[in-house]
This record gives sequence, C-alpha cells and structure tokens, in this order.
Amino acid sequence: MATKTELSVSVGTPAEEAGLKPFKVTLNIRRYNPETGDEAFWQDFDVELYATDRVLDALHKIKWEQDGSLAFRRSCAHGVCGSDAMRINGRNRLACKTLIKDLDITQPIYVEAIKGLPLEKDLIVDMEPFFESFREVQPFLVSNTPPAGGRERLQSIAERERFDDTTKCILCAACTTSCPVFWTDGQYFGPAAIVNAHRFIFDSRDENAAARLEILNDKEGVWRCRTTFNCTDACPRGIQVTKAIAEVKAAVVRGRP
Amino acid sequence: MSTVIENPRSPYTRPARKKRRFNIEKWAWLFMRGSGVILVFLIFGHLFFNLMLGEGIRAIDFGFVGGKLANPFWQWWDVLMLWLALIHGGNGMRTVINDYVTGQKLRPFILWTLFAIVAILIVLGTLVTFTFDPCPITENIELLPSFCNA
Ligand code: SF4
Ligand code: FES
Repeated sequence: MATKTELSVSVGTPAEEAGLKPFKVTLNIRRYNPETGDEAFWQDFDVELYATDRVLDALHKIKWEQDGSLAFRRSCAHGVCGSDAMRINGRNRLACKTLIKDLDITQPIYVEAIKGLPLEKDLIVDMEPFFESFREVQPFLVSNTPPAGGRERLQSIAERERFDDTTKCILCAACTTSCPVFWTDGQYFGPAAIVNAHRFIFDSRDENAAARLEILNDKEGVWRCRTTFNCTDACPRGIQVTKAIAEVKAAVVRGRP
Repeated sequence: MSTVIENPRSPYTRPARKKRRFNIEKWAWLFMRGSGVILVFLIFGHLFFNLMLGEGIRAIDFGFVGGKLANPFWQWWDVLMLWLALIHGGNGMRTVINDYVTGQKLRPFILWTLFAIVAILIVLGTLVTFTFDPCPITENIELLPSFCNA
C-alpha cells in the first residue's frame, strides 16, 4: 500500500511501488484512417506492462507515449459505461475488463474494432445501427393504468427476479457484433435489442409486452437466432443472452410473457 | 481540380427493415422442433426394422423393399418420413441461404431452386411409394424379378 508521501515526491503506480517488474507485450492493432482512404492495416506496438494491467492500459500507453493518433473509445475504464468493446484475440471483450495476465503474452495480442458495424477510425465503429434496433423494441416502461393508490408500482421479489439478468446490460454491443447472423446483412435485430426487450417484456409493471413481442416476431427478429451462444460468451456483464432470447421466443409462441 | 470530399459525419444508412404483416418464421421454427422429434422416432424405427430385425442387413433386396411398399403401414411410414425429412431439410437450407446469400437477385433465385427441388422430390417420392408395383404387367417376362409368377 502507498504510504503517505509528500506532494513533491512522485509516486509510482501501485505495481511499481510493490516492486513488480514490468514485461514487454506486443499488441497488434488493426488501424484504419478514413482520411487517407487506404485499407485498414495491422500495426504492432511494444509496451511495458504489469500483469495487473488491462488491455485498456496498454492502449493508453500507446496513445500517450507512442502514437497519439490511435483512436478508441473509453469513458469509465471500469466496465460500467460500455464504450470500449473490441475484438481482443478474436473475441469481443471490454478492453477495460481484460487483464493482460489472462492473455497469452508469448504471442502478440490482436486488437481490432468490433465487427458488423461500419468502421469509422481504428477501433471506433458507428454504433447508430445498433442503437436503432435498440430503440425499435421500445426499451422503456409503458403503463396506461395509474399506480395503485397513486403511489409507486409495487413488485414482488419473485417478479423482479424474472428479468433481473437482463437489467444488467450496458449496451456495449459486444454481443450483437459477435453474432454471425448479424455480420451477414445487419438486418437482424441482434441480441442486445432482444435482451433489452426481455427486460421490459417480463416486467410485471409494464403493459406493452404484446407490442414488443409483435415487433420481435419479425423475419429479422428472434427467429433469426441460431443459438450459436457467441453472445453469451461475449457479454462482459455475464448476462445469459442466448437464454433470454430463448425466453422471448417462448413468449412469442405463447403470445404473452 | 475538383475532388469531392465526403462529409466524414455522413450517417451510415442500412436498408430499412421491411414491415411484413405476416411471416412464417414462427411456424417454421415450431415445425422444426416438432418434425425433428418425430423424425428421430421414424428414422430410427426405419433403421431398426431394416437392419436389425430378422436377418438384418442381409435381408434387404428388391423383394424386401417391394414387400414393404405393398404394406399400407410402411407406405404411410415412408411417406411421412419423406415429407418431414424433405421439408425439415429444405427449411434448414432456407435459413442457411438467408444467412449467407446477400445478393438481392441471387437469393430469391436460389430459394426458388431449392423449393422446386424439394417439391419435385416430394411429388415423385409420394407417387412411387403409393403406386409401386414390383410385378407390373409387361411383355418382357425376363425383366421381372423371380418371385413374380406370371
Ligand atoms: S447484453 Fe451484454 S454484451 Fe450485449 S450489449 Fe448488453 S452488456 Fe453488452
Ligand atoms: S471504459 Fe467504460 S466499460 Fe470499459
């Protein structure tokens, strides 16, 4: 632990203070610059990292110390905002939740933008098609009846439990952009939209489940899911995405949640 | 010297999802589940009867098949298997085509070809199962199998 130091003394990172030795890691990053009009290409960077560092720290080091033109999104840096989903060694992960020690660093770490959405620059994609599908499933509580006694809408623990898993979504798009059906023509609503529909379809306070089920009973809705389980594997929040989709399928067949 | 510099913020446009009033996807999905379960029973029943019972595989010859196709029970068994297997497989192929063929002209063409193949096989198969006669009336007696006593 860092002891109290005078302000003038420069304090290292906790790893440095603990006397840990950094090691060299190679990152292979897929770069793309729309302004040159050139094709995307792979570029490798060597960075000194600690085992406790994350891929996001490596990207920061590259951007701050080696190449300031590297473009990527991040905001919270702690797995809450969902802005830094990327393909790390071929799997969709949040850069801020992927520890270097969990990767095989005897080989370069491959980092590229998530697939299936239009690439804007380096690791940044246009998320608009993703959010468009999200908005289409009406991801908000709809109720036309006033709450009992004009107070809050009560819900039992069991009723809340029903959709607990899908409330955890941070809209990072890791699931949708890991889905091979979404990659083909981008018409499929995608796992994230279905997860967020699930969150309201099974909410006992909501009264618009029928409309959402109708929206997802589309040719591009739940029926395009092939239960590949890529989405469940990709979700940084551990949401059982494929299970949620299966529950929505069953609800569409029943015609009610 | 006039180069058009595209607006870097020009929004990406995805072709709008077509609104359909009716689609068969739900029924196709349910059919796959139902037919899959029935097919497991039909196919393993078929294999067990043909390959395990009695003399097993050595019993299969023209006469064995002819005998089976003369029995209404096996006729219906086989026809059911034929229809379910072809529609089940055809629908599976349809989803594969929808997933992988993105050409707007190519996709309907392949889908119709698939539909035609499935339809022809179903019609021919059904026809043969119900009208098969191992001993047709013919001039060329030597073409007939030995068990047909003319
Ligand atoms: S379901 Fe998981 S992977 Fe998909 S957008 Fe939400 S948090 Fe991200
Ligand atoms: S930066 Fe917010 S989730 Fe990774």
